[in-house]
Amino acid sequence: MNTPEENELLQSLLRRYEVEQFYNAEAEMLDSRRFDAWLDLLADDIRYWMPLASNQEAGNWAAEYSVEGKDLNWFDEGKFELEQRVKQIQTGLHWAEEPVSRTTHMFSNLQVDNGDDGTIRTSCRFLVYRNRTEVETDFYVGKRRDHLRRDPLRRDPLRQRSGGGLKIVRREVLLDQNVLLSKNLTTFF
Amino acid sequence: MSEKNLGSGSRLYSGDLINLDQGLISRDIFTAQGIYDDEMERIFARAWLFVGHESQVPEPGDYILSRMGEESVIFNRDRTGKLRVMLNNCRHRGMRVCRYDKGNSRKFMCPFHAWTYSDLGDLIAVPKMETGYHNELDRGEWGLIQARVTSYRGFVFACWDEATPDFETYLGDLRFYFDDYCELPDGSYDDWEAFGGIFKWKMPCNWKFGAENFGGDYYHNPSHASVDQVILSPAGTKGRHTYDDVTKKQEAWKLNIAITPEGHNARGQLFKDDYEYMPTYQEMAVVEDYFRECYAKRQERLGEKARWYGHGGTIFPNVSYSNGVQSMGTWHPSGPHQTETWRIFLAPKAAPDEVKNVLRHYVIRYQGPSGLTEQDDMENWGSSHTGARGTIARRYDFNYSMGQGYEQKGWPVEWLGGNVHATEDVSEQNQRAYYTRWAADMDQPPTSDRIAPRHATTTQAAVRAAE
Ligand code: FES
Ligand SMILES: [Fe+2]
Repeated sequence: MNTPEENELLQSLLRRYEVEQFYNAEAEMLDSRRFDAWLDLLADDIRYWMPLASNQEAGNWAAEYSVEGKDLNWFDEGKFELEQRVKQIQTGLHWAEEPVSRTTHMFSNLQVDNGDDGTIRTSCRFLVYRNRTEVETDFYVGKRRDHLRRDPLRRDPLRQRSGGGLKIVRREVLLDQNVLLSKNLTTFF
Repeated sequence: MSEKNLGSGSRLYSGDLINLDQGLISRDIFTAQGIYDDEMERIFARAWLFVGHESQVPEPGDYILSRMGEESVIFNRDRTGKLRVMLNNCRHRGMRVCRYDKGNSRKFMCPFHAWTYSDLGDLIAVPKMETGYHNELDRGEWGLIQARVTSYRGFVFACWDEATPDFETYLGDLRFYFDDYCELPDGSYDDWEAFGGIFKWKMPCNWKFGAENFGGDYYHNPSHASVDQVILSPAGTKGRHTYDDVTKKQEAWKLNIAITPEGHNARGQLFKDDYEYMPTYQEMAVVEDYFRECYAKRQERLGEKARWYGHGGTIFPNVSYSNGVQSMGTWHPSGPHQTETWRIFLAPKAAPDEVKNVLRHYVIRYQGPSGLTEQDDMENWGSSHTGARGTIARRYDFNYSMGQGYEQKGWPVEWLGGNVHATEDVSEQNQRAYYTRWAADMDQPPTSDRIAPRHATTTQAAVRAAE
């Protein structure tokens, strides 16, 4: 018989396991270029946001990142726009990704919490490595914060009979670069 | 000769490296360190360079960091409201006196030994003035290095050389085209406002590849085949331009405009007749109403000249502007093999929020490293750059001959500028004009040389005297 505390721990472990599996599967899709499958992990109302980072005085750190919906951002968009990006790669004529790059998506330092709006909130560190054509190499490192929502219609091997799989409703990507060190951002984070 | 042109060996820039009689340009101008070094003295130390827009520093004390050539500058509005551009470089040992991208301050204290400068650039405090300097240091002589500054319709340019003509003269016949860029969609000169943030990113190519491409390379359309197959236009239709729809239905000349001898470039289209408003934003009533109204006002304001519909251009040497997405971009040299590109985007200050949002959303998906269009441009430039470096490859010049001898003056209409060269559709006349100017500047021995630079006080005296 578990104590209530142990039950709670167990619950959070299960939740964490599910999220981890979800992110592993996502990375696998991106790195094996199954972009349509990846798009299926995104809720139709997803917000996908990557701000610019600026150098600010102590006490003014709140202004470090450009503002979503107002300022310039590297990405500030929804599903329709992400679909266009995928379609562009799939034309076979998007020279910035043709021949397509090799990427490896990694994440660590995962934290998982319940949001008050019924979503699962996660935060992690990410490292995306890219090798383009021959010797061109980029590292993108930073923090990623998601809101995930259970979608009864999404099939997930872990949730064959109960509740459906997770989808990403919101993704914030904080890249630790002021001047972007790579010539483009043709990969997904 | 070799003394005259340090970087190019025994070769002249005009007629030799830039051999346009035969439509040829040496690949070395993109890759040779010595030529790059000449560019720093002979071009970047002389030219008017874009530093920012007034709306980035709206209040007294506001500043942003900007760049001129390889160097960091503070662009601010001082406490009296005057715009200043100052080298971000301590006069004592050269540390950056300001290391925040933006802020509001009446002073800049150097972190190293705490020499402190005011927002006017004056050296206002020196630690140990008494015990260290015995009060013998003349603070008046040691203010921040200041550049000449001009605000042209809110767009701010700076220049290190007092011998360079004023900015309007420098623009030459580009004025008509740059004025067109500065006009709001309704044809007035009301305020633009820059969106917060500056795109800054590194590109593995020489700074001139971006400048010449934005100056007028309609020939490179195949690069953008992929983006033309997806939906990018804010109208929600296939294609990447707001004007794609307009052009298809109404006849226009697509023109390259070369400004000589200044070397500036413009491009755009001239409708053969008055063009009608094309509904573009049917899904968004507020936005549609705004642009429809702007169109009517512009027709009324400009009359026949409203037929000109600018696309963009390059102001020699490294400033490129794009109409519509309303961007100002600067190709900052960072050694011969790397460029640090900076780009801002603007919207009409008085426009409804819906309009600003549509524009903002469009431009960040169009240009820059996350932009569907420019991603492919950078792939090209990077590869061109590598392609300019091979021992064997560099024996063979690049071909810039397209359309040579077919430039026309005073065509299609006189009011486009009697002296500008115009060609339709695809041509490399713009690049030829640009590199002719480049070579002329490069063959001018600098008044200050790299080994024994001219003492800076003459320039500073002139800047101060002009205040
Ligand atoms: S370097 Fe600035 S005070 Fe010494
Ligand atoms: Fe392009």
